[in-house]
Amino acid sequence: MGKFGFALSPSSRINLDEVDKVKFAKLVEIEPDVLKCMACGSCTASCTAGKFVKTSMRSAILALQNGKNEDAINFLKGCLLCGKCTMVCPRAINTRHLIISILKVYQ
Amino acid sequence: MIYQGKQKIWSDYQKEIPDDHYFYVRSCIRQNLFPASEKTFLDITRNKLGKDFFETEHHTTCGGIAYHCDAIPQETSMTIIARQFALMHKYGYENYVCSCITSFGLYTETLETWHEFPELEAKIADNLWKTCKLEFAKPKYLAHASDIIYKFRNLIAAQAKYKLINKKTGQPLKVVEHIGCHYGKMFPSKSVGGAEYPYVLAGMIEAWGGEVIDYPERRHCCGYGFRQYHVRSNRGYSLSNTHKKFESMEPYKPDMIITNCPGCPYFLDRWQYVISELEGKTYGENGHGIPVFTYEEVAGLVMGYNPWDLGLQMHQVGPEPVLDKMGIPYNPEDKYKGPYGKDIGRPELPSCGCL
Repeated sequence: MGKFGFALSPSSRINLDEVDKVKFAKLVEIEPDVLKCMACGSCTASCTAGKFVKTSMRSAILALQNGKNEDAINFLKGCLLCGKCTMVCPRAINTRHLIISILKVYQ
Repeated sequence: MIYQGKQKIWSDYQKEIPDDHYFYVRSCIRQNLFPASEKTFLDITRNKLGKDFFETEHHTTCGGIAYHCDAIPQETSMTIIARQFALMHKYGYENYVCSCITSFGLYTETLETWHEFPELEAKIADNLWKTCKLEFAKPKYLAHASDIIYKFRNLIAAQAKYKLINKKTGQPLKVVEHIGCHYGKMFPSKSVGGAEYPYVLAGMIEAWGGEVIDYPERRHCCGYGFRQYHVRSNRGYSLSNTHKKFESMEPYKPDMIITNCPGCPYFLDRWQYVISELEGKTYGENGHGIPVFTYEEVAGLVMGYNPWDLGLQMHQVGPEPVLDKMGIPYNPEDKYKGPYGKDIGRPELPSCGCL
């Protein structure tokens, strides 16, 4: 913490001009529903795996939009493909299919 | 956008500022941080511009710091404010002007709350009578002191001895303007230009010959924020805000920063020292920081006041580079002499040898 007892926090700034949008465009092409997400978090709240490991569909989509692809994959690694998130999504996004598509495009 | 449409939007952000006869209220902290700013404001308005600005020793704090730190409830701060307004009424004034941005935000918030909840206003009037035996009154007009300097910016320019122009190159100084959050962001229509088109300081800079820098994080908070700063463990958040602003303005190579809030100039000034200690980085020329000023100090410099009478020796980042550029003479030996020639001490230099 240095001599002052506090320190600079790492910057959370994202320069979207420098983010590679090619993969996200490809994802949108095969899963246009990804743009329908309004980040309500119902998927994350209902996630079975999320209670035990860091799993969050909402955070994954946000990370993809911000070009943080590795973070997005980490948010989906624990997914069991149980499909509960698909049932609760108010925008009727087929989240299970979307997760598979994300892993196909980004992995 | 159609020109008329733009004009209409801009008209929403304009402020009718009365010419004269104000009841002036000082800030709790500015006299410690920037000791001559308020004195300079009164000297300029009263003696240089010939206006009537009255102040009384009976006014107190507005209670803003305690209110924002959750130390006192809103009704208490409202009663304190009602007492301030009552003093204004008692001395025969209708226009109220405060030196502090936190106060300005709180006064505006209070007046708006009373407007929306008249029963609360009646309760506060009752509290005021029970506690102070003073008659409840509201100002006809509420201004921040920077509104006044903005209003008289051209009169000040007419009396100016120096301009915000580099005397050697003839180019205007590049100036970063930073308005306090509680000035334009809480009630944008109560400020000149709101937060979207901040013009109160930009107008002064343009009138006095400088060039305003429009950088990406121009509207970002300075990093003060009562909750962030007053808890030591949260100060990293405050510092990071300031760091973000400096990183954003750095490519534009500003010569100076002007602010209109008590907290902003303090933090933009002092955090440069902390950043230089932690990161070894400075943002001004030749390893120095960027000098930070209050608008009264800049008005004083433009009008030819002695820099050391303006209290510029109390700044962490030395003002000398700006004084040299503007061609303002000063005696370095007088820098740390108080009013009676007494040595007032020197600030500690950062270990990286900059600022």
